[in-house]
Amino acid sequence: MIQFDNVSKRYPSGHEALANLSFFLDEGEFAFLTGHSGAGKSTLLKLITLLERPSQGQVLINSKNLNRLHASQVPYFRRRVGVVFQNHHLLFDRSIYDNVALPLEVMGFPRGDIPRRVRAALDKVGLLSREKQNPITLSTGEQQRVGIARAVVHKPKILLADEPTGNLDPTLSAEIMHLFAQFNDVGVTVLIATHDIALIAPMHCREIHLQHGRLVGG
Amino acid sequence: MADPNARGRKTTGGASESRNSLHHRLNNYFRHHRKTLVSSLFRLLRTPVQTLMTLLVIAIAMALPAGLYSAVDNLRQLGGGIELNARMSVFLKKDASDEDIGELMAELETRDDVTAIIYLSRERALEEFRQASGFDDVLSLLDENPLPAAMLVQPSQQVTEDPAAAEALLHWLKSQEKVDDVSVDLAWLQKLHAFIDAGQQLALGLGVALGIGVLLVMGNTIRLAIENRREEIVVVKLIGGTNGYVRRPFLYTGFWYGVGGGLLAWGLVWVGFMSLGSEVQRLSALYQSGFTLHAPDLSVLLILMVCGALLGLGGAWVAVASHLRKIEPN
Repeated sequence: MIQFDNVSKRYPSGHEALANLSFFLDEGEFAFLTGHSGAGKSTLLKLITLLERPSQGQVLINSKNLNRLHASQVPYFRRRVGVVFQNHHLLFDRSIYDNVALPLEVMGFPRGDIPRRVRAALDKVGLLSREKQNPITLSTGEQQRVGIARAVVHKPKILLADEPTGNLDPTLSAEIMHLFAQFNDVGVTVLIATHDIALIAPMHCREIHLQHGRLVGG
Repeated sequence: MADPNARGRKTTGGASESRNSLHHRLNNYFRHHRKTLVSSLFRLLRTPVQTLMTLLVIAIAMALPAGLYSAVDNLRQLGGGIELNARMSVFLKKDASDEDIGELMAELETRDDVTAIIYLSRERALEEFRQASGFDDVLSLLDENPLPAAMLVQPSQQVTEDPAAAEALLHWLKSQEKVDDVSVDLAWLQKLHAFIDAGQQLALGLGVALGIGVLLVMGNTIRLAIENRREEIVVVKLIGGTNGYVRRPFLYTGFWYGVGGGLLAWGLVWVGFMSLGSEVQRLSALYQSGFTLHAPDLSVLLILMVCGALLGLGGAWVAVASHLRKIEPN
């Protein structure tokens, strides 16, 4: 599902974020991407979402070589991947419902389908009763759950998360991880970047460990 | 995306793939256009004061050339209206017989550029002169009538508005054998037309200059709108919004500003003309003229709105092209 072949990423500043990275993540797998801050976790995720392009090597998603993807195809590709951001990128000028509905609007889902899908996603993260509120009224953990609902509302096959529990206490973090596990249960390939070793240890999942941009485990 | 190894999944993915038919995509495309058209209007109405101020700037810039053009257009009416000045007095030779005169009149009547002919016989001319001048005594001393027979030729509207056509008619009249002389105040008409032409050129030049001004105002307004929605643009790009999708609301915002500005510009010119109307009426009454000021009509409104829409879209396009590219998720 996600395949890295000898991928290196060097930024114009000269900083080498990733070096000769190769790994394969099968469909339906659940993996953690770990490593110290600056190890290259975010860069790796950016390569999958085409926010960055590799300097060398190739990234294949579902056997499709991203190097061959033209800029005009990038938006359509991004729709196949759900992404949960550390700072959740919610829009505070609209309701929780409208935030979650945004991907469906962008993708042009039939209008009749949208409410059902949005409510299903909100129900999944336990915020259905608050759909009309503005996300600014929510706690950080709840905002993160809205971000997750938005990432999965269109049922992508791949779910990525960049430090989704970065600002949460252990109980909330565990809840969030439990949510990700549930998506994985229905076949979604999940890759979560985190540095919270204590949190993931009991989950016994595959761990892709980076150190200075190199793979040291996984 | 179909994968034979899919493990016990019911509804993941797939669905979006089957929807990608052309028909579905076109439907979506137009639906989003309609939706954006309406939502960008409502977004503008949510900040009425700010919107009105921008609209006023655009409207004033458009009202100036539109007002000038309409004023000049009214002058054209003045040129056509004062028909008496354009009337040609054709003086006939003294030896012209009644038959000659009849022939000439018949020929004139067939011409398209002549609408009326009044014949003034030598006797009639003398009678009128006698009454108007009061030289009764002096005239009675003369052996014969010194006045020639004359025709008053009224050229058509088209001729009075076109100096070249007037010149042609004049030339034809002068070339007739029994015509002695033709008198007409063409210079006055020509001056008026030159003035109208100059006014129109000025309106056009002003229109181009202020049109560029509107473009710049629009570009700046849209740039601010883009800045205000930066976060939203980033999110939309992250979740797979195409450039067209991101661009659309801003283009429609420019469109609405332009259409609204055009409408308001028309309103400003209309109000201006209406408030001048009674003064002009009084003035033209003093000159015993039937001239009335005509406020710009609906065709002017249409032109202003179309020009406004194009300028709005153009300005928005420039802003979008130069600023949207810079906003990329990171």
